[in-house]
Amino acid sequence: MNALKRVIIFGATSAIAEQTARQLIAQGASLYCIGRNPHKLEAMLADLKVRAGSNQRVDGTAADLTDSSRHEALIAGAEAFLGGMDGVLIAHGTLPDQQACQQEVATMRREIETNALSVLSLLTLLANRLEPQGRGVIAVISSVAGDRGRQSNYVYGAAKGMVSLFAQGLRNRLAKSNVDVVTIKPGFVDTPMTAEFDKSGPLWAKPEQIAAGIIKAMQKGKGEVYLPWFWWGIMLIIKHIPEAIFKRLSL
Amino acid sequence: MSAPLSWNRLPRVEPRAIYRLSHRWEAPPDRLPRPLLAYGNGRSYGDVCLSERGSLLLTRSLDRFIAFDPVQGIIRCEAGVTLGEILALVVPHGWFLASTPGTRLATVGGAIANDVHGKNHHEVGSFGHHVRALELWRSDGRVIECGPDQNQEWFRATVGGLGLTGLMRWAEIQLMPIQNPWMWVQSQRFANLEAFWLLNREAEAHWPYTVAWIDCLARGRARGRGILLSGQHAAAQTDLPAFKTGGKRVPFDPPFSLVNRLSLRGFNALYYRQPIKPQGALTHYLPYFYPLDAIQDWNRIYGRKGFYQYQCVIPPEPAELAIAALLDTIASHGEGSFLAVLKTFGNKPSLGTLSFARPGTTLALDFPNRGDKTLRLLAALDSIVKEAGGALYPGKDARMPASLFRSGYPQWQAFSEYIDPNFSSRFWQRVTQ
Repeated sequence: MNALKRVIIFGATSAIAEQTARQLIAQGASLYCIGRNPHKLEAMLADLKVRAGSNQRVDGTAADLTDSSRHEALIAGAEAFLGGMDGVLIAHGTLPDQQACQQEVATMRREIETNALSVLSLLTLLANRLEPQGRGVIAVISSVAGDRGRQSNYVYGAAKGMVSLFAQGLRNRLAKSNVDVVTIKPGFVDTPMTAEFDKSGPLWAKPEQIAAGIIKAMQKGKGEVYLPWFWWGIMLIIKHIPEAIFKRLSL
Repeated sequence: MSAPLSWNRLPRVEPRAIYRLSHRWEAPPDRLPRPLLAYGNGRSYGDVCLSERGSLLLTRSLDRFIAFDPVQGIIRCEAGVTLGEILALVVPHGWFLASTPGTRLATVGGAIANDVHGKNHHEVGSFGHHVRALELWRSDGRVIECGPDQNQEWFRATVGGLGLTGLMRWAEIQLMPIQNPWMWVQSQRFANLEAFWLLNREAEAHWPYTVAWIDCLARGRARGRGILLSGQHAAAQTDLPAFKTGGKRVPFDPPFSLVNRLSLRGFNALYYRQPIKPQGALTHYLPYFYPLDAIQDWNRIYGRKGFYQYQCVIPPEPAELAIAALLDTIASHGEGSFLAVLKTFGNKPSLGTLSFARPGTTLALDFPNRGDKTLRLLAALDSIVKEAGGALYPGKDARMPASLFRSGYPQWQAFSEYIDPNFSSRFWQRVTQ
């Protein structure tokens, strides 16, 4: 069981991360939040400070995480503020325009950079800090889209697939150091990132549901979790459709 | 996304677009068909929060606190924060909302836009009296901060302004100190309407909160019988009882209204005979202020067709006669509601140009939607209200005729100058066009 008293959140202003931050605050954690948009981050930090108890600490800084040269300093700053770290949530990402990625290599590379390489950079640095500490948990938000390539968003899928596979290896490496690596695979979540979709179906989940699932998975030190849970079944089927059939489907 | 509904689930209208705001700095995108209208947590009734020709801006994700001063009891938050979220934060610090409606699921923006009131109106006025400042976004890009001491003309228009003056982004509210989360509540039975007036006058002089529940089906000498609940925040004491909230809900839409002549008569007769506590008792603030919030989706008991809420205010002079006439009309139609609520307003003038609360007596009822039959009854009630110089509550209306709106709100034309040209609601189109 991982106690989440001091947590660092990357991509903190995303809807899922903000809800996770609120719930962690309600459970007594101190937080350091990193987000891209300074306005959004400031609003979020003010809100968390109002909600926090008197001995909980909350702060953060704005940073563009595609600039991986800053990662080391960001982690060091966060750890110094919190006086150590028990958990980290990596939640930043974008939902690429698949058509644009197909048309232009530069766009495709940028999306891979944001959704995969910047995450891998953080994971590498965090792993090296937590390994000697001998405890802690890193959770990274991947996606069900990373389980199988589909024509509708395979650039995003490939990036998330890379994150999932990397985290799997890291989990294997850190197991003997008692550090948990949790891969979160949310299904459809009703957030501003998915503003353009019709959300009337039963598959859409609220960010606060996903947040509660993330915290539970981090505390329990789970390996991979589908959120909500039923995506496990859906993806099991999707992963097992023979490629000869799958390639003809319009998914 | 399925079209948002108001709390009485009537009317069912589709907006041309729905857009969820996620940040208070965010301007609604230009691509959204105009007119715009903010939709909070869907706790108003009727169509003040609905749009048919334009777009709804969902504000529930503007749910961040901005600052809380636990010494002065001042809270500033985004407009989509609910009253319940504020209470959860401030009650343990010894603060309470100075004015609160019968649900804590309303948003701050909705509470201001409808200038809602509570059982203590005779002491503290309505919600708008406790707003220190708010910020308005106008569709021409202007941002106006207003309050009782700054840009008053915008403040008067926006309090009770039905969301028409622009998009409210945040508000700052003055809270009221309390000693603990409990209420000291007294209940008294009264045999008829005449007894109510006497009892209520007495109670108002001594209690900050008063409200009466009426059996609207009782006739003859029992007409207007009911129970008067008087309350005050409990004094500091060491022996507070434990309190735990339950989680009941109405799980599905019954195919027809569960509120019918038979169930009503039974419920009302039982409710009237409930054990009363004339000596007073401690009650937690949640069941006292928000009894219906304990049953999630209670509005479903009226079935898929929804229901009409009817809330009027009658000026002091004709109040006794007019309320009697209203009850007679309702009883003779055999229609009525579980919760007929009677309350007298105080004399504190409302700040909003279009505010509902004004000196007089207010009566609120729910009627299951039985089509023309119900509408005919409501039209009969309308004529009594109009004759008495009264008004209906826009925040609870799905059908009032334009003429009744205009006679109840003679300042409506002066108000229209402050409407954002790119904002409107189905309600406003209905009563002004």
